Amino acid sequence: MVNASTPAPVAARRSAQEVRERVAALPDPELPVIGLGDLGVVGRVAPGADGVLEVEITPTYLGCPALPEITAAVRGILTSCGHPDGRVRHVLTPPWTTDRITPEGRRALAAHGIAPPVTPAPDSPVPVALGAVPCPHCGSRATRPHSAFGPARCQSVLWCTACREPFPHLTAL
Amino acid sequence: MRPGTLPDVPPSAAHPDLARYVTRLGDDALVLGQRLCQWITRAPTIDEDLALSNIALDLIGHARALLARAGRLDGTGRTEDDFAYTRSEREFTNALLTELPNGDFAVTVARQLAYTHFAVLHYASLAHCADPELAAFGARAAKEVAFHRLHADRWTVTLGRGTAESARRMRHALERVWPYAGELFEDDDLLRRLAASGTVPSPAPLRDTWLGRVTGVVTEAGLAVPAPTWSATGGRAGLHTEEFGPLIAELQSVRRQFPGGTW
Repeated sequence: MVNASTPAPVAARRSAQEVRERVAALPDPELPVIGLGDLGVVGRVAPGADGVLEVEITPTYLGCPALPEITAAVRGILTSCGHPDGRVRHVLTPPWTTDRITPEGRRALAAHGIAPPVTPAPDSPVPVALGAVPCPHCGSRATRPHSAFGPARCQSVLWCTACREPFPHLTAL
Repeated sequence: MRPGTLPDVPPSAAHPDLARYVTRLGDDALVLGQRLCQWITRAPTIDEDLALSNIALDLIGHARALLARAGRLDGTGRTEDDFAYTRSEREFTNALLTELPNGDFAVTVARQLAYTHFAVLHYASLAHCADPELAAFGARAAKEVAFHRLHADRWTVTLGRGTAESARRMRHALERVWPYAGELFEDDDLLRRLAASGTVPSPAPLRDTWLGRVTGVVTEAGLAVPAPTWSATGGRAGLHTEEFGPLIAELQSVRRQFPGGTW
């Protein structure tokens, strides 16, 4: 029986590994079909020098508008896991690249109509090589760039000449 | 940024010179980002609307990172919002190029061409600087601006090799913008001190590479790089063009009407 004088229950203190798993499972706000872990933005989860648990997040883009939302969501996980004083650190080194997206993440993107990143030639800022990105709808490679800038900062738009559908492509970086 | 969502960053030792330098870079990105925002709903096509707003978003992201860092380096603890919304025109130290009015689309393309080729080289040179946080920023930002550079290069060539009218406008745009490019590479006491102490590299030596690259693009566009007879200066000292006041007024208007408001 709980009465008014009972203090609010303190969440059980979960291990860094458990916190990491929960953070990795958070959906990306802009690409909800993929978890933060599969997107490759979750770094070290471990106590800092003062013993407080720290979660490192590597932003995909410096101006990513989802970053405050991600930070707040990670703070929520920290609190619910018994680390209300936990910290979220934004880490820029090494920079995030699309190579960090896991195979599972790539499958999830393709299953939802977003072509996974196709890695460009080294040192090339060119985001899409002509015909190199298969259409996520029909699989045809007869696709061509339509717009280098798409619905979100990380996406460009391609056009499939076989099924005549436009589709977003996660820009390789 | 909503309250309570700021990343937790360790305090850094005060470094007033570096703070001023980082503020300049942040101001360049903020002011150019704000200028590009003025294209939204006015760009030639919806794809171009998306392109320019995406580029603006990246630039404002760069400005946030840089200005927040400046507030830690100068010891005031000011946030990026404090820098953007509570400074007067005279306190902004952006290069004048970044505040030039959008003009017609060709003028915006010419301004983007000059800035992006500079920024890629400059940020890439920062990637090896002594300050680890700034180095990390430089490595990351150089990749993002390389994407913007591609956009500027493509449009320069498209307009230059398009119709007689588009070529005429692109030529006019280059002539309009070029006198403002030199300021990006200008050295002053602050930059000389920072370079001498090995803190950050001076941008002056990047000018030849910049000129080689923009000349390549402009030549491909069937046009010639202008040789301006004068060079604009003063932005780094807070002396701005006539058109700067309205831009900053627009940037700060909501904050002025609703002080302390959040959304």
